[in-house]
Amino acid sequence: MDQLILLSLVALGLPLLVFLLVIFNQRALADRAHLIALPAMAFSSALACYVAWIKVRTPGLLAIEWSADWIRFGNVPGLGPLVIRHSILLDNMTAILLVVVTGVSLLVHVFSIGYMRKDTRYARYFAFLGLFTFAMLGVVLAGNLFQLYMFWELVGFSSYSLIAHWYERHGPQYASKKAFIVNRIGDAFFFIGILLLFSEFRTFEFREIFGYIEQGLPLSFSMLGLAPETTLTIAGLLIFCGAVAKSAQFPLHVWLPDAMEGPTPVSALIHAATMVAAGVYLMARLFPILTGNAMLIVALTGAFTSVLAATIAITQRDIKRVLAYSTVSQLGLMIMSIGSGAVAAGFFHLVTHAVFKACLFLGAGSVIHAMHRALHDLHDHETDAQDIHNMGGLFRRMPVTGWTYLVATLAITGLPLTAGFLSKDEILAGSMAYGGLQQGIALAIPWIGLAVTLLTALYMWRQVFLVFFGNPARPAVQEKIRESPYVMTVPLVALAVFCVWFWFGRNPLSAEHGWFLSKWVKTPASVVPPQTAPPFRPAGYVPPPQEFASQPFGAAITPPQEGAHVWELPPMPHQVALERARVANTGMAEGAALGSALAGFLFAFVLFVWRPSWSASLRRAFRPFYNASQRGWYLDAIYDFIVVDTVMLTARVTAWFDRRILDGFVNLAARATVLLAHITGWFDKYVIDGIVTLTGATVQFLGLMARSVQTGRVQTYLAWVVAAVVVALVVLRFALFHS
Amino acid sequence: MNYIPVGLTHFLVLSAVLLVLGIFTMLTRRNAIAVLMGIELILNAANINFVAFTRYGAINLGGQAIALFVIVMAACEAAVALAIVLNLFKRQGSINVRQADQLRD
Repeated sequence: MDQLILLSLVALGLPLLVFLLVIFNQRALADRAHLIALPAMAFSSALACYVAWIKVRTPGLLAIEWSADWIRFGNVPGLGPLVIRHSILLDNMTAILLVVVTGVSLLVHVFSIGYMRKDTRYARYFAFLGLFTFAMLGVVLAGNLFQLYMFWELVGFSSYSLIAHWYERHGPQYASKKAFIVNRIGDAFFFIGILLLFSEFRTFEFREIFGYIEQGLPLSFSMLGLAPETTLTIAGLLIFCGAVAKSAQFPLHVWLPDAMEGPTPVSALIHAATMVAAGVYLMARLFPILTGNAMLIVALTGAFTSVLAATIAITQRDIKRVLAYSTVSQLGLMIMSIGSGAVAAGFFHLVTHAVFKACLFLGAGSVIHAMHRALHDLHDHETDAQDIHNMGGLFRRMPVTGWTYLVATLAITGLPLTAGFLSKDEILAGSMAYGGLQQGIALAIPWIGLAVTLLTALYMWRQVFLVFFGNPARPAVQEKIRESPYVMTVPLVALAVFCVWFWFGRNPLSAEHGWFLSKWVKTPASVVPPQTAPPFRPAGYVPPPQEFASQPFGAAITPPQEGAHVWELPPMPHQVALERARVANTGMAEGAALGSALAGFLFAFVLFVWRPSWSASLRRAFRPFYNASQRGWYLDAIYDFIVVDTVMLTARVTAWFDRRILDGFVNLAARATVLLAHITGWFDKYVIDGIVTLTGATVQFLGLMARSVQTGRVQTYLAWVVAAVVVALVVLRFALFHS
Repeated sequence: MNYIPVGLTHFLVLSAVLLVLGIFTMLTRRNAIAVLMGIELILNAANINFVAFTRYGAINLGGQAIALFVIVMAACEAAVALAIVLNLFKRQGSINVRQADQLRD
């Protein structure tokens, strides 16, 4: 086994070990749980860094794979030999995500020591952080769909447990259930997609699935009698459904804002940096099998989600809900980027977003922590500690939190010198290229991207101005605010440091030649048949002769071999065209992105600093829109109406049916039984017992009769003797002499 | 003066009357001594028959002999019976045979 695989397995196992150690010793560990969790996470993180460093610095080392048979089903009738394998796939994408997951997890662990201090379930909290980290690393390392799905569900479960950390309250209960159920909906489709691929190719391995599809689609690859190409599109979209739920894309994004009921560090780790990025990672991993139509739908879904969430974010009052909708919006951008073929850019944004959004969430956590403390000191239990309209002027009071928040805000809004600027530009350039080549409805995608950039700047600066600058909404509270302890500010600083451009390339204005995009991560080559790929080709492209263009249908396909293969395919023609257009568009994308980010900043500055009264009059003028936006365009209400009410109504009807009809039958049967029992009881008592009594009485009567003979008096006996003699004489007289 | 010649029938009728009287006495009297007397009547009714058959019948002196035996046996029987009666009296303070029903148990 390769040394890197072994090390990454150790990094994977450590958090699980933490989980097992802590969850079974909660009482004993209590407030010391971090003494186990923290060193293990630090070690795991160091291992991940080492693995990633070796991996990305070794040229030509595209993907390291390792697999071992897990369950051998033998020769299954109708299926053939079936083996489910443990597989590890370690390519650069995986290696980088290992660092991101363990790194953010480590910093969140540190932060949590301060944030969760004195919590009643301190040990349980750290146990589930460990479980989550384990599951997330498992998703990242999985080399086949089956294993990925298992860890995928485990991620969902640990997220559910952590949202419900304060399960005594109604909010977290409801939110955790909602998150779990909404995720189940997407995962059901995801699983169908996995099985659709499995039913044709008899394997879950990424490499084998890609290899088979690359050789041409067999005619038998068909769902409901559809053509193989259509089926491939459907398979891609079914798998995308899993990403829609996990990465909170429209229409399944509703769980993420509610998930903010969990502890803030959990929001930072799970609902901002890593878990929600799992869907993006999944799409990046399975990008090679996305057909042109699937790509378009993915891109449009992402674009729509990002603009929808951004319009909701600008009116939210809760500091965490702003960030939650911001996360949904940014995830939409990543999905959009993957859909428009710029996988590397989407993945790049995933990484930078993980860093700055974790920083923002931890910063928000630090603010909430300080607000709670201040309100507690003032014995004020009415004021909402998370409402940004209750804050203001916190910058002077909390300089470290303020500065780091500012840096992360610069990064998310995409201003130069930050990592966010680089990744957002790449996404916009990719979407411009895609929109220009794909034409039609895809032309809207780059415009949506720019609008989202503007809105992002607007809502983020609104938040920064309302929280950290301006006049304190409550001077009494503001006087009491103090900076959070070092254990909370150090992770903030660490994350803020990673928000700058330097980590991803030397040039602060373009990531094009930075090592992240030029050396570390490349858009994987698509393997779909050319006729299903997006319809554009590079200029001067000569299609190859037909016999090489695609395998004839029905030709026997051979299993892909181990070794160099699908990971090293050249990009398909449409990808080449896309790449050229993207390079051509980079400059324009940068200008446009910077322009819209600055415009957003200016809007926010005017509305919340220079002329605050204007924002109030705007709010009055657009009251219906403001209300609709604040309530998430009433999507929750619509879902409540369509889904929840329907389910509840069905439940009530079935309950009524159960109680009235089914229970009625049961009661009727019971009554009939009782009645029958009465009848048989009566019969028993009077007929059967009567017969018995009669027998007894008869015997008694006969006994009495017989006993009456036995008087004990000699004279009676003598009388009988006399009578007998008389009878004997009479009998003899007639019997002997007259017969 | 006409005499009705005495024949066997007269004896047999006398004997039957004695027998019935004896049986009646034996079955109905409460006094043990009276019961014994009834038995004596029965025995003597039989004796009359034996003797009458000796005179008119074909059994010669056999009847006479049996009658003697019966007398002797009656004496024995009286002796035993009187002893029983004595014991009965000792036991229950009376010689009422209706009270002597312990055989029932």
